[in-house]
Amino acid sequence: MANTYTLIASSTVGAGGAANIEFTSIPQTYTDLCVLLSGRTTANGDSYGEIDLSFNGAPSGTSYSWRRLLGNGASASSANNTSDDAINLWQINGSGSTASIFSNATVYIPNYTSSNNKSVSADGVTENNATQGVATLYAGLWSSSSAITSLRFTVVYGTSFAQYSTAYLYGIKNS
Amino acid sequence: MADTKIIVNCETGEVQEIALSAAEIKEREEMAKAYEAEKAAKAADDAAKAVAKAALLDRLGITEEEAKLLLA
Repeated sequence: MANTYTLIASSTVGAGGAANIEFTSIPQTYTDLCVLLSGRTTANGDSYGEIDLSFNGAPSGTSYSWRRLLGNGASASSANNTSDDAINLWQINGSGSTASIFSNATVYIPNYTSSNNKSVSADGVTENNATQGVATLYAGLWSSSSAITSLRFTVVYGTSFAQYSTAYLYGIKNS
Repeated sequence: MADTKIIVNCETGEVQEIALSAAEIKEREEMAKAYEAEKAAKAADDAAKAVAKAALLDRLGITEEEAKLLLA
């Protein structure tokens, strides 16, 4: 990473898996946040699982909105939600995909300490080392004037992050 | 299904692996059941559409490739 990126904290999922990964007590001294994710879920035999992103606690309320654009090489599709309890962030390899294959995503959160609504942009890639490859772009918004002090990645559908999934949280200063 | 969550305290650097509460476990089990039901419904819907599509192509007397050509 360039010198302007400072690693704040990181996490690697252990043998038992994890239902979610949460970074708390995020320093308020940076301008933006960036999270690099590499992961796989223990989804119930599915090729893909999904990850939600929420701020300052578990997914709740209806203050999130998001839109995603997904392409798999054969077609493109989109989905959105204007009133959700989290940002649907990342389509990730599930237990039904080729073994030892992990998806990657980059999440960027500018001006996370401001009193304005918080926007999120993310891009992710997921492939199966076989016939499938998916690239996804996400745009999200948290309609809240609160500064972001924690962020949480939750695996949906009741599944979990698999062992060796990682999350690296970076802080970026504009001066 | 993991029954733990990871909390990383960015201020102290401490990483904790904490057991989920009973309420959290129950919520996840309900989410998993709801998802399975949704998957089953979609599979049934896809199967019904495939049957209807095959019947229509048969009635029209054309193949799927010919249908795609018509729609291109």
